[in-house]
Amino acid sequence: MIDSTTLKSNLRLVAVTLLVAGLPFSACSKKSDTGEETTAGKLDIQNSGSDTMVNLAQAWAEVYAQVEPNVSVEVSGGGSGTGIAALINRTVDIANCSRKMDPEEIEKARLNSGKEPQEFMVGYDALAVYVHKDNPLQEITIEQLANIYGEDGDINKWSQLNIKNDPCDSDEIIRVSRQSNSGTYYYFREALLGKTRDFKLGSRDLHGSKDVAELIGKTPCAIGYSGMGYATNEVKMLSVAKKAGEPFYAPTVESTLNHTYPIARPLYMYTLGEPSEHIKKYLNWIFSPAGQKIVEESGYVPLPKAEPMAAQ
Amino acid sequence: MRERRRWEVLIEALIEWIIWLCGFSAILFVFGIFFFVFREGAGFLFGGLNLREFFTSVEWYPTSVSHKRYGVLALMAGTASVTVLAMSIAVPFGLGAAVFVSEFCTPKLKETLKIVIELLAAIPSVVWGFIGLTVMNPLIITIFNAPIGLTVLNGGIILALMSVPIIVSIGEDALKAVPDSYREAAGALGATRWQMIYRVLLPAAKNGLLAAVLLGIGRAVGETMAVLMATGHAVKIPTSLLDSVRTLTATIAAELGESPEHSEHYQVLFIIGILLFTITFVVNLVADLVVKGVRGK
Repeated sequence: MIDSTTLKSNLRLVAVTLLVAGLPFSACSKKSDTGEETTAGKLDIQNSGSDTMVNLAQAWAEVYAQVEPNVSVEVSGGGSGTGIAALINRTVDIANCSRKMDPEEIEKARLNSGKEPQEFMVGYDALAVYVHKDNPLQEITIEQLANIYGEDGDINKWSQLNIKNDPCDSDEIIRVSRQSNSGTYYYFREALLGKTRDFKLGSRDLHGSKDVAELIGKTPCAIGYSGMGYATNEVKMLSVAKKAGEPFYAPTVESTLNHTYPIARPLYMYTLGEPSEHIKKYLNWIFSPAGQKIVEESGYVPLPKAEPMAAQ
Repeated sequence: MRERRRWEVLIEALIEWIIWLCGFSAILFVFGIFFFVFREGAGFLFGGLNLREFFTSVEWYPTSVSHKRYGVLALMAGTASVTVLAMSIAVPFGLGAAVFVSEFCTPKLKETLKIVIELLAAIPSVVWGFIGLTVMNPLIITIFNAPIGLTVLNGGIILALMSVPIIVSIGEDALKAVPDSYREAAGALGATRWQMIYRVLLPAAKNGLLAAVLLGIGRAVGETMAVLMATGHAVKIPTSLLDSVRTLTATIAAELGESPEHSEHYQVLFIIGILLFTITFVVNLVADLVVKGVRGK
């Protein structure tokens, strides 16, 4: 007869050994290539990244679903940084970015996949500086913005800008910013502070482009930046000049295209290496008049008609 | 009665072993998670991270182009401030509610209250965050005349509301577990109701109540979505309840997606995970020692 105590302790020993031996295998994960799966005859294009571009990308995807019914474009946001990280990890086909990729990121992509990231410029966006609609301020210079937002900047109160912000009782400038995965954040930092300085700590770092405009609409003391397509009735866009003494420009389609508005940036889409057939077709459709019309309708600036940048 | 057959003995042993495995797996999973988190962050932790700067510096610039700095002091202050405020609201309310439900309620009211409190616990944390963002935000601006409503106060109140159901549920269970003979004995000695609760029941249920409070603290420290939306997500040490802060958990949630795998930024975020683990562990350890100390008196 088997002694039940010995049986139990033996079983226990076997169980522990198996579990401990199994631990290293829990670390293994399957790396899947980018989603070009054919699900029931449909082709998938995974498209994620910039929050600035997410509404635009969604609008494109919806219209394209009627143009090419057997291709399905899956759009998500997360920020330009998240999109680039996903591209480097090869989990998306197209990454949307509201800034250029860093040399570091390009190097990582090259190391991880052996392919060079391809850049496609798909439109422009003017970065508007928003304040509450009852704020008397109308115009601001890049230098003043750098002193408000920059690490060693000394402007902390509205009165230092020579205005009387009545609806704001405490006179404190509440800086609204984006989280560091945002391309908008990166671009604004570089435009104001260059590559060597950082933002001042203590700004309210929000998740999305829309959140910035909404918070400013509720907060008379606030100032913030977001794409010009996110304006609401509760906020006002400031006119911006490069330096004191130079003319102030409001963010519009014209001032973006003729490069007079100082903080406008191109919007990019990146793929790893040469895009495959159906992705190339999608990109070409985006550059076509149909795709660019959607850019304009979404509140962004379409590519000027003189220089169409088609995918090679 | 007949003698047990061999296969019956074996089945018995097998079932006991399966149950033992389930219990053991709880410990295994905790260690497994800690091992995984530690492994992801270990590279940078032992090779390059300046621990002094990490713990004492307010400057959190992981994505700086020219000058990366990883100081989490402001983030720790954020977590601490929101948790302390939440607990100072939740513990009195929670324990009071637990005592009420356990001692003063009629049975019908008790059933209703328990259901309502469980409902409060079932609200997803992102919904709480949304409430903080859209309801509490303008409320705080108008009541306190604050420049902005996404503050420590907002996060603290939301976290308190999230922790109360846990404290009430477990606290009430702890009080229910005290044998009725204690209550009867106190009554026989002439104690009033409040005296009975304060001098007999609470000390007797001490361990369970402490467990309830610890779980509440654990929930508050580990809460991510609600504080991400309700505290304003600003890297600074709060000087008043109406300041915006950023917590350790919200930092991980917001930044892990954008950091490429195994980069420095990614590893630092996992090190913050280790830090959170350690904080919870220390809180539990201290509480355990306090309870043992009080019992040994």
